[in-house]
Amino acid sequence: MNEYLDLGLITSFVPAASSFAGDIDFLFDMITIIVGFWFIITLATLFYFIMRFRRREGVKAMYISGEKHSEKVWTHYPHYGVIAFDVVLIGFVIVVWVNVKQTLPANEDTIRAIGQQWSWSFVHTGKDGKLDTDDDVNTVNDLHVIKDKTYHFELQSRDVLHNFAIPAFRLRQDIIPGRTIKGWFKPTESGTFDLQCAEICGRGHSMMFAAITVHPDRQSYDGTMDAIRAGTYESHFELKRQLGPVPLPFTVSKKESTSPYAIELAKSF
Amino acid sequence: MVQQVETISHETEAHGTHHEMSFWEKYILSVDHKIIGLQYLFTGLFMAAIGGYFAYAFRMQLAFPGAEVPLFGYVDPAKFNMLVTNHGTIMIFWVAMPVLIAAFGNWMIPLMIGCDDMVFPRLNRLSYQIFLASALVLILSFFVEGGGFGGAWTSYPPLSAAAEYNLTNWGASLWLLAVALEIVAFLLGGINFITTTMNARAPGMGMMDIPIVIWMIDIAVILFMASVGPLIAGAVMLFFDQRLGTSFFLPSGGGDPLLWEHLFWFFGHPEVYVVLLPTMGIVAEIITVFSRKKLFGYRTILYTAFGTGGLSFIVWAHHQFVAGIDPRMANVFVVTTILISIPIAEMLFSYIATLYGGSIEFTTPMLWALSFLVSFLIGGVTGIYLGASALDVYFHDSYFVIAHFHYTFFPITIIGMFAAMTFWFPKMFGRMMDETLNKIHFWGTFIPFNGLFLPLFLVGMAGQHRRISDFTQYPDLASPDLQGIRIFATVSLLIMLLFQFVFIYNFFNSMFKGKKALMNPWRATTLEWTIPSPPPHGNFAEMPTVYRGPYEYSVPGHDEDYWPQHIPPKSNV
Repeated sequence: MNEYLDLGLITSFVPAASSFAGDIDFLFDMITIIVGFWFIITLATLFYFIMRFRRREGVKAMYISGEKHSEKVWTHYPHYGVIAFDVVLIGFVIVVWVNVKQTLPANEDTIRAIGQQWSWSFVHTGKDGKLDTDDDVNTVNDLHVIKDKTYHFELQSRDVLHNFAIPAFRLRQDIIPGRTIKGWFKPTESGTFDLQCAEICGRGHSMMFAAITVHPDRQSYDGTMDAIRAGTYESHFELKRQLGPVPLPFTVSKKESTSPYAIELAKSF
Repeated sequence: MVQQVETISHETEAHGTHHEMSFWEKYILSVDHKIIGLQYLFTGLFMAAIGGYFAYAFRMQLAFPGAEVPLFGYVDPAKFNMLVTNHGTIMIFWVAMPVLIAAFGNWMIPLMIGCDDMVFPRLNRLSYQIFLASALVLILSFFVEGGGFGGAWTSYPPLSAAAEYNLTNWGASLWLLAVALEIVAFLLGGINFITTTMNARAPGMGMMDIPIVIWMIDIAVILFMASVGPLIAGAVMLFFDQRLGTSFFLPSGGGDPLLWEHLFWFFGHPEVYVVLLPTMGIVAEIITVFSRKKLFGYRTILYTAFGTGGLSFIVWAHHQFVAGIDPRMANVFVVTTILISIPIAEMLFSYIATLYGGSIEFTTPMLWALSFLVSFLIGGVTGIYLGASALDVYFHDSYFVIAHFHYTFFPITIIGMFAAMTFWFPKMFGRMMDETLNKIHFWGTFIPFNGLFLPLFLVGMAGQHRRISDFTQYPDLASPDLQGIRIFATVSLLIMLLFQFVFIYNFFNSMFKGKKALMNPWRATTLEWTIPSPPPHGNFAEMPTVYRGPYEYSVPGHDEDYWPQHIPPKSNV
């Protein structure tokens, strides 16, 4: 929906790489305009009153109870405005929610993500497009998908709550042990993005990161899958891991990385 | 019947006579509501210092990952989890509730409604003693083998339910025990507050003559008592899971972790209003006094407080939009959640309308009260984003959430606490605080507060999620720009913490060496200002009679610009 309104508030920090990222960014921008309007009006009124009605010698304050109808309208009319905006807002929110979370569009492939303390296991369907068959491709901390294909995901946990979070997709979903949580996404940008656990899951929670690689086409994807089967695959996740931690603009940490990748990455900023 | 009358008069005499009490009797085992209030206040402030110290340690780690934090040491992931968990727990259960409700409630209810003490003074003392025990148990939990609990203040199972998951076998159980004891303390205190307000008001004080802060504390206590049941049940079940091998919340034994989330948030959301309402009341008292105005729409504010409180019971699942509940449920809860903006907006508009036509004086309490309105407004409007279920798909457990609720909890707890302390200090200790130091402390807290939490909205928009000890490990979050934002926030925190020493110095210096306070230094109308500062044991030498509402400022035809509640109308003189 971001063709109607796009202030680019979120995309200035993180790319929009899934089909519904635009809807969520649109909602953010729309709510910013609505609450920004109320925020500025309210704050301006407050500051005007504070400045206008400062204490002056010999001027007595007014006596207003706020209990008479003629006085109450001053808080009631803006209040009706708030209600009207609330209705508009709830309408848009529910439309986006129903599209993103409540309806499951037809899929072209399925992936399974299994969280555990403290790593991710991913299952890719392989050539037959079905999970739980012999040609499944299993990876650790490395998820591969193809651009512009609709995926269903199945989320499972082996121990505690985890959260399947891909900020570039505008996606976060808790995972509950003992259940399979289903949902969908459709990547629209190729690249390697952070995949995180966003629900505290114990001591190693901070280290429970992974990468999702969106391949531009099936050829690139199949190449990677073949490499994984052949054991020659160089993990995208490990490549990304070697880049960090990034040196800070100043030196405080004794444990600062001196890896060549880090220096290279730092130069690119 | 005769015997009963005798018993009551005996009680009254006991309060009236001033026999010499030892220090121990007077300050430690006292049943006087004022002393118990101060006990709660000082315990709460001590816990606030621990909570602030924890925030300092983990913010330093976030800004300078891996560095030795001065006065703390290296923050490893286990310590980091323990710090964020207990920072949240302390600030809500051991600072916001004891200071805003127990300390100010105990201190002000009898003074403002005109009676000599709480109706159950010994229950009151027991309440504080259990609270103190709960604080000690929590502090103990930091030092047991395995360290303090690190499963977040929400304590979601299975992580919190099994030692093999959280690796803090004793820390997790002691944490739970401490929270349970704290709840017991507040149930005892709460029943006392309501009974006192309903039964012990001065003659002439009708329900609509009660100062709004007392109403707010009572509504808060009602909300607390009505919502805490499920949490107590949940806590007992979680304790059984931890120690007795049951599996209420463990899927491996057929339990359901979602059940805990529901039990917790059924309490957890009303809890927000439990701490909000007392501060709304404190702010109402202060803005009426320092703008010399009657409160705009006393009844409206009262009804919106009840409305907000009622609504807060049917919004809890907005914490769980993407927690794995049925997605269709979200549509119900998004409506109820956004509906809360209606009473809250009306309440805030009424406060702003109170300032209209006033004669505003910028004393420190007034600055705190006005800054509460400004910062709570930011907290309120950013709540709209998070109440919108579809945005939660992105913002769930992100720093946007952290920034939002700190813009509600910081104004509520810290700003509300300083507003009340600077306002009632003359009455509490009989001396005035130094106004210049107070103002330095105000600006030194309010500006860095914004410098601390506004940047967190930005990193939240960038996708940074909560409870991570080192963001530079994440390639997409490691950019120097984002790290610069984190450092800015941490430096703001350091500045804010430094300015607290100004307050501590001013507080204790004024307590002993400040200018002697008059009986009614702010020229206020409510009953606590009609007795000496500090009030003697037994409070009122003579029972006051109430003739009018609590906010009769600048009444036309009246000589002075305030008309205290206990002064008889002229025709009666």
